[in-house]
Amino acid sequence: MSDLKALEQELLGAITSAADLTALEAARVAALGKKGRVSELMKALGGMSPDERKAAGPLYNGLRDSVTDAINSRKTLLEDAAINAKLAAERIDVTLPVRPEFEGSIHPVSQVMDEVIEIFADMGFAVAEGPDIEDDFNNFTALNIPESHPARQMHDTFYLRPGPDGKSKLLRTHTSPVQIRTMLSQKPPIRIIAPGRTYRCDSDATHTPMFHQVEGLVIDKATHMGHLKGTLEAFARAFFEVEKVKMRFRPSYFPFTEPSAEVDIGCTFKGDEIVLGEGNDWLEILGCGMVHPRVLANVGIDPNEYQGFAFGCGIDRLAMLKYGIPDLRQFFESDLRWLRHYGFAALDVPALAARGVK
Amino acid sequence: MKFTLTWLQDHLDTDWAVEALADKLTSVGLELEGIEDRAAALKPFVIAEVLDAKQHPNADRLRVCQVNTGTETLQVVCGAPNARTGIKAVFAPSGSYIPGSGITLKPTDIRGEASNGMLCSERELELSDEHNGIIELPSDAPVGTAYAEYAGLGDPVIDVAVTPNRPDCLGIIGIARDLAAVGAGRFISPKIEPIPGTFKSEIGVRIELPNDAADACPVFVGRTIRGVKNGPSPKWLQDRLKAIGLRPISALVDITNFLTHDRARPLHVYDAAKVSGDIIVRLGRDGETLEALDGKTYTINSNVCVIADQDRALGFGGVMGGTYSGCSVDTVDVFVESALFDPIRTANAGRTLGILSDARFRFERGVDPEGTISGIELATKLILELCGGGEVSDLVIAGAVPVSDKSVTFRPSRVATLGGLDLPAHQSVRILESLGFKAEQFGDEYAVTVPSWRPDVDGEADLVEEVLRIAGLDTVPSLQLDRPTPPQGVLTSRQKRTRLTKRLLATRGLREAVTWSFLPEKQAQLFGGGAEALKLANPISTELDTMRPSLLPNLIAALGRNADRGFHDLGLYEVGGSYSDDTPEGQILTAAGVRGGAQGERHWTGKPQAVDAFVVKADVMAVLAATGAPLDNLITTTDTPAWYHPGRSGVLKLGPKVLARFGEIHPSVLKTMGVDGPIAAFEVFLDAIPTAKVKSRSRGPLKASDYQAVDRDFAFVVEQAVAAEDILRSARGVDKVLITGARIFDVYEGTGVGDGKKSVALGITLQALDRTLTDQEIDAVATKVIDAVTKKTGAILRA
Repeated sequence: MSDLKALEQELLGAITSAADLTALEAARVAALGKKGRVSELMKALGGMSPDERKAAGPLYNGLRDSVTDAINSRKTLLEDAAINAKLAAERIDVTLPVRPEFEGSIHPVSQVMDEVIEIFADMGFAVAEGPDIEDDFNNFTALNIPESHPARQMHDTFYLRPGPDGKSKLLRTHTSPVQIRTMLSQKPPIRIIAPGRTYRCDSDATHTPMFHQVEGLVIDKATHMGHLKGTLEAFARAFFEVEKVKMRFRPSYFPFTEPSAEVDIGCTFKGDEIVLGEGNDWLEILGCGMVHPRVLANVGIDPNEYQGFAFGCGIDRLAMLKYGIPDLRQFFESDLRWLRHYGFAALDVPALAARGVK
Repeated sequence: MKFTLTWLQDHLDTDWAVEALADKLTSVGLELEGIEDRAAALKPFVIAEVLDAKQHPNADRLRVCQVNTGTETLQVVCGAPNARTGIKAVFAPSGSYIPGSGITLKPTDIRGEASNGMLCSERELELSDEHNGIIELPSDAPVGTAYAEYAGLGDPVIDVAVTPNRPDCLGIIGIARDLAAVGAGRFISPKIEPIPGTFKSEIGVRIELPNDAADACPVFVGRTIRGVKNGPSPKWLQDRLKAIGLRPISALVDITNFLTHDRARPLHVYDAAKVSGDIIVRLGRDGETLEALDGKTYTINSNVCVIADQDRALGFGGVMGGTYSGCSVDTVDVFVESALFDPIRTANAGRTLGILSDARFRFERGVDPEGTISGIELATKLILELCGGGEVSDLVIAGAVPVSDKSVTFRPSRVATLGGLDLPAHQSVRILESLGFKAEQFGDEYAVTVPSWRPDVDGEADLVEEVLRIAGLDTVPSLQLDRPTPPQGVLTSRQKRTRLTKRLLATRGLREAVTWSFLPEKQAQLFGGGAEALKLANPISTELDTMRPSLLPNLIAALGRNADRGFHDLGLYEVGGSYSDDTPEGQILTAAGVRGGAQGERHWTGKPQAVDAFVVKADVMAVLAATGAPLDNLITTTDTPAWYHPGRSGVLKLGPKVLARFGEIHPSVLKTMGVDGPIAAFEVFLDAIPTAKVKSRSRGPLKASDYQAVDRDFAFVVEQAVAAEDILRSARGVDKVLITGARIFDVYEGTGVGDGKKSVALGITLQALDRTLTDQEIDAVATKVIDAVTKKTGAILRA
């Protein structure tokens, strides 16, 4: 019996002292391999008398189990150590900067157009489009601005070189020709907005030869000035994401609306920044009115039956006001520093559900 | 349109403060541009006397003055040549701000002499451009008195924007009428009494206009006044004219300017001695010339209505008078003109001549015809008062004052149904009457007669506007339009595609730019544009004179500007129109992008590669995929336009239709534009992409295989010119069911493959939906792939 104990001591000693998985495997083969010491003992059981076997069996089995357990636990230990050593060698400096990715952005004009569309879509306005290069009829004549009208001079129109017929196309001075195109191509009721590029022969601190407008047009049998006010007030609240916007409707004049009004937003100028809804300064953001009966007649809609409102609003101005952008000219300079500062994340898609969330 | 408070009060009996009046002006549609309180700005300036002026000991051009300011005597060093002993001048003490020079005075020392305060010129007070010397006041000017008060500058100047439909408000009386209608005071409009003539004017008037131009001057009224003295006008008149920015000239001229602004009634006064025979209103004769009162000589053509005598043209009708027959200090007898000129003809004449005058400004908007007679009576009265009592002739009238009897039917209910304001009929009518309209009731309707000074009103909507602006737009209750339920989607597929493209490109690291739709002609030509029909006739500069044929030049120029600031590695894109002709269809909706510099910043993992065609090809493919282009059917060709690098650019086509172009920009184009390369660019033509016909939102069931997928790799040696796309396409075409993927994973040229050849490594993936493929099946497909590629490209399979 003491032999067996000594053997167990010897085998366990070899296992415990195995320095790595190779040494442990050697110890396992020496004990439990085909010709291992424990295996040899187990083989000997076969040649014993039943009584001897009954006495030795449990002892030999106990020895085998104890050795097996020792090997397994040593193996786990050695494996853990090996992994730890490997991982320690794999250490990296996680403070190093990541691989560079270019960050993209959306221009404030696109962002604001998307915002405007979102708000008016909710009020049932479709989005209409028209070309930048227009003719006299759509840009002026149909809008009740005859050739001699002083308003044509107010518009500072860019003309293209005259064609073979002697007529000059022009760059639309406002998005209002889209009204004409829409009314010529579809029957009332009409409810559209038309965002787009517009052009005037003007360039100074607050004017650029190209800018953006959004046109609105509603034609049906009952829409009146009260609806115009309500719609624009609702738009301003939704757009500026505030409960109340200081707004002023001023009687004004446009040849294509009657009555006409201009709309100002209350604001204050603090250094380079415009602060909305404070102070006593006013910034004109749009012109509007009830569509002039002659405009309706010009596009073949009976002014005795139909009426409605139209408005035209500066998108760049809306962007400047809402996002505190001081200088219109920089909108079109493509300066990386400006695009980075005033641009919007690609996935910052305007959604009504996210209004007012800062 | 500028006027002073006291001038307004000539026509409006009011005790309202100027700020309250200003608010009302805006609310009736006469938008306030500003109130200028000149007295406030000039508060520190007082009248002083120069007691003594001595030559400065150390400076030739300076004088040392002892100045009595009324409270003390101060030493002031002054550089004005007229600073001399005994004169009265305008003094600014230390601490005062000088508006004309923008400085605040402080006690100082000028070349060794103390100086406290300053003696001022008119320019320093922003009264005029006069800066040759300091202001010299009459010897009776009271020392110590505030200069502003003495100079009549205490009257606030109000400036309003008058919309082109309101010529009546180009006279202060019209503004007063609007203010009275909103309750800001009582409108003062005394009857204008005719002044009887005592003789028949020697100068007659004839209108000699051809029939097709008879409307140019419907009526011309004149009168001779004898024995006038044309000196300076009185101070009150000079003060008013100066306050609104006009230069007083002489009593006669000042009277006409006064009535132009007071009544919107332009007039002209001729020196009767210079008029030979009768006044004739006629069209200009080609080749005639005339020196106008602005001192410039103009060549006349037959579209311009001129006022002439038997010898020469004397003035441009409704635009400007001439120098020859103008009044001077020596003028004794005058002939006064009050006429009516057609708005359109006046506007055209003014434009042709390039003259913008107060008269033109009013006639082209429409002058009250009824004011033709009353205007000359008012002028007569003022001339008699201010220029001495001469003899007045009878009126000479050629033509006739057009009858103003426009009548508009008005249903007061329209104020509610169009204007949104539920106002009792009698209130609407009262508003109209307060503005000078006359209303006669017929049942529910009124026949409203439009006053002669309101050429803008000719329909019911105009009357609704009149009522609304006086009742106040702020009193119109705001209502909401009915909303569609459920909310309707409103974007067209084109609009959705545009939005998607913008967002997608931004996720790919490109920054959206918005650039001008025009560019320099030279750049247009570099990019296939510059057609005559797309050049602006009146560009703002030669840098912006041609419609862009492509979005690329502006974006490339922007990359160049950013690189000049040190930002070399960046990408920009724009989605917008390029212009192939001047029709609506010629405006091509394009998504274009440019990438310059490296594909990333310098980084510790390695140097980033320069941008190349494949970076932008990836941009293009992403846009095409997102917008639903059938990618599998696209063909890549290399027939790119001249602004691309001929060997490093491609065109993606669907059949013959070009969907997109991409590649490096041609180095010589960049050189011409002065931008460093390489720059890779792309253009996607969004309207060319076919719209997928979606019948249902349903995506259909997912067909995914759970059976083993197998990869097989091949290496083909082909001629260098063979397109990789041909290899891929022919491999894929072998079995569209079993081959689920194909890719090029290596391209090698050099040792071992032979001159002019390349080795292309192709990998394909095979997978069946319903079974594990057998070796025989896999080998069969592989053999077919080899055969197909070999047949299509002449490839040899590498051992």
